[in-house]
Amino acid sequence: MADPLLSIKNLSVQFFTYQGVVRALEEVDLTIQKGEVLGLVGETGCGKSVMARSVLRLIPDPPGKITQGEILFKGEDILKVNRKRLREIRGNEISMIFQEPMSSLNPVFTVGDQMEEVITLHQEVDRGRAKEICIEMLQQVKMPDPERVLSKYPHELSGGMRQRVMIAMELSCRPDLLIADEPTTALDVTVQGQVLTILDDLVRRIGVSVLFISHDLGVIAQLCDRVSVMYAGQMVETALVGELFADPRHPYTHGLLQAIPSIDEERDPLMVIPGIVPRLIEPPEGCRFYPRCTKRFNPCDKIVPKLVQVNPGHHVACHLYPRESEKS
Amino acid sequence: MWNEFRKEHAWQIKEFFFTIRLLRRNPSAVAGFIIIAIMILMALTASLLSPYNPIQISLRERLSPPSMGHPFGTDELGRDILSRVMYGARISLRIGVLVILIAGGLGAIIGAISGYLGKRIDNLIMRVMDVILSFPPLVLALALAAALGPSLNNAILAVAFVMIPKFARMVRGEALSVKEKQFITAARASGAKSLWIILHHILPNCFSSVIILATLILGETILIAASLSFIGLGAQPPTPEWGAMISVGRKFLMDQWWYATFPGLFILMTVIGFNIFGDALRDILDPRIRR
Repeated sequence: MADPLLSIKNLSVQFFTYQGVVRALEEVDLTIQKGEVLGLVGETGCGKSVMARSVLRLIPDPPGKITQGEILFKGEDILKVNRKRLREIRGNEISMIFQEPMSSLNPVFTVGDQMEEVITLHQEVDRGRAKEICIEMLQQVKMPDPERVLSKYPHELSGGMRQRVMIAMELSCRPDLLIADEPTTALDVTVQGQVLTILDDLVRRIGVSVLFISHDLGVIAQLCDRVSVMYAGQMVETALVGELFADPRHPYTHGLLQAIPSIDEERDPLMVIPGIVPRLIEPPEGCRFYPRCTKRFNPCDKIVPKLVQVNPGHHVACHLYPRESEKS
Repeated sequence: MWNEFRKEHAWQIKEFFFTIRLLRRNPSAVAGFIIIAIMILMALTASLLSPYNPIQISLRERLSPPSMGHPFGTDELGRDILSRVMYGARISLRIGVLVILIAGGLGAIIGAISGYLGKRIDNLIMRVMDVILSFPPLVLALALAAALGPSLNNAILAVAFVMIPKFARMVRGEALSVKEKQFITAARASGAKSLWIILHHILPNCFSSVIILATLILGETILIAASLSFIGLGAQPPTPEWGAMISVGRKFLMDQWWYATFPGLFILMTVIGFNIFGDALRDILDPRIRR
């Protein structure tokens, strides 16, 4: 395969708090190919957003710190570039959509002001041209009457409209990679479907790669090519969408899929994964999932499992699947 | 054109009129507003309405008590006190507005930088502000005005300097809460520079509280400026400044009470006017107690 667009290697992020060191990410690997939509799933607090933010170096420091690893974007280590280059990357080559459309727009400026701001920041265009681009982008996200929307203030728009504005804004500079951090979580279900359809359509049309973060497996299944599953700051499984849903290998992934309520099957009561997500201040040694795992055995509480390829393109970090070399 | 504007900004116009209605229902706001309006009107129309030239000396009429010809009496050089008080409103309001513009502008920028950048810069700036705040404002303004030399402009600079920390501290607090908002992170994620974020995202969001603080501080500003003039460090004679008039009039207070009393009353009125209006404005614009 060609060089990946984004390749995260061995990334660890820690937060230094008064209660202790929160190990939010531990030696995580992730790759995104050009034009690929990668879904990142996991429970609340498992480090999905931390991952997304570290790609753009938006981790607040202090208390957060990227302690090791590298983030290669088009072969360039984002963690090492200077501020000027970082600003060029942000918004222009990698852009990001946030969870809450309510607070992602500045309340005191009109939508048009803010969209034009992003465009003029990265492109050498005059205001007239910037406005044309805005209108064009708003049409692409199926906004009715885009010219009127430009003169509106954020509070005059609904949540779905605001999120569409954000999508239009973030894609207006034609980035290579779009990071969408739970973009539809704060919206209600019908609007969510609408926004996802628009995003899917637009992303495929302009061929941007996407890191799509969600805790909703249904959304992931609808939108993504490949899925990575995270648990408590570690990557546990990565596979193509179809394969992950059909043949989950990691006990945690299995549990996640079991926990989706279904109206097709008679399944009563709903399966849940017993126990709670561990505190990341003193995470369990070895596999972080082992206290809740139904299939745990001897080495689970001592040795951290490494990602192992079980099928082409399907990687799992679990002692159930030993490496070729370790098989006896 | 006007109709389009009305349509597009219907919500703002509605809010604006709602604010006005709330203000009209609030008696202290109305009182404050009337006082401020009278002062402004007086300052604007001083050259038209004042019965005499404020620096016209007429030694035959010196120190005459209030009468039909001189409603507020005359001073030791026979100048009409009513006329001088009317012209004095111009100077006091000019001082007030200039000080607020300088101190509010600089203070807001300093505060926003401090709050947004945080860490060491914040610490440094805030300790400097604390040092300024630790002096009584009048004493510090006095020392500064004395060092700069007695003139009206220097007095304005001195008072503005003393007022900077008040704005800086408040804006810093606002900036601390605004910078946690998602749109700041979003702006950073689109590659905006810190300076751009401060000027474009932090400051506009602090603007409403700056306005409220400005009305509250305006009264104090006028008072300090008048005090400086009283000591002789502000407006110089023959400029008809209220503080300077009291300063001279004080010598005659026992026998010619009208000389110092009328300018004093106007200082009192102006300060009260701005203070109660500012108070009411703060209450009304606070969304938590608005409705």
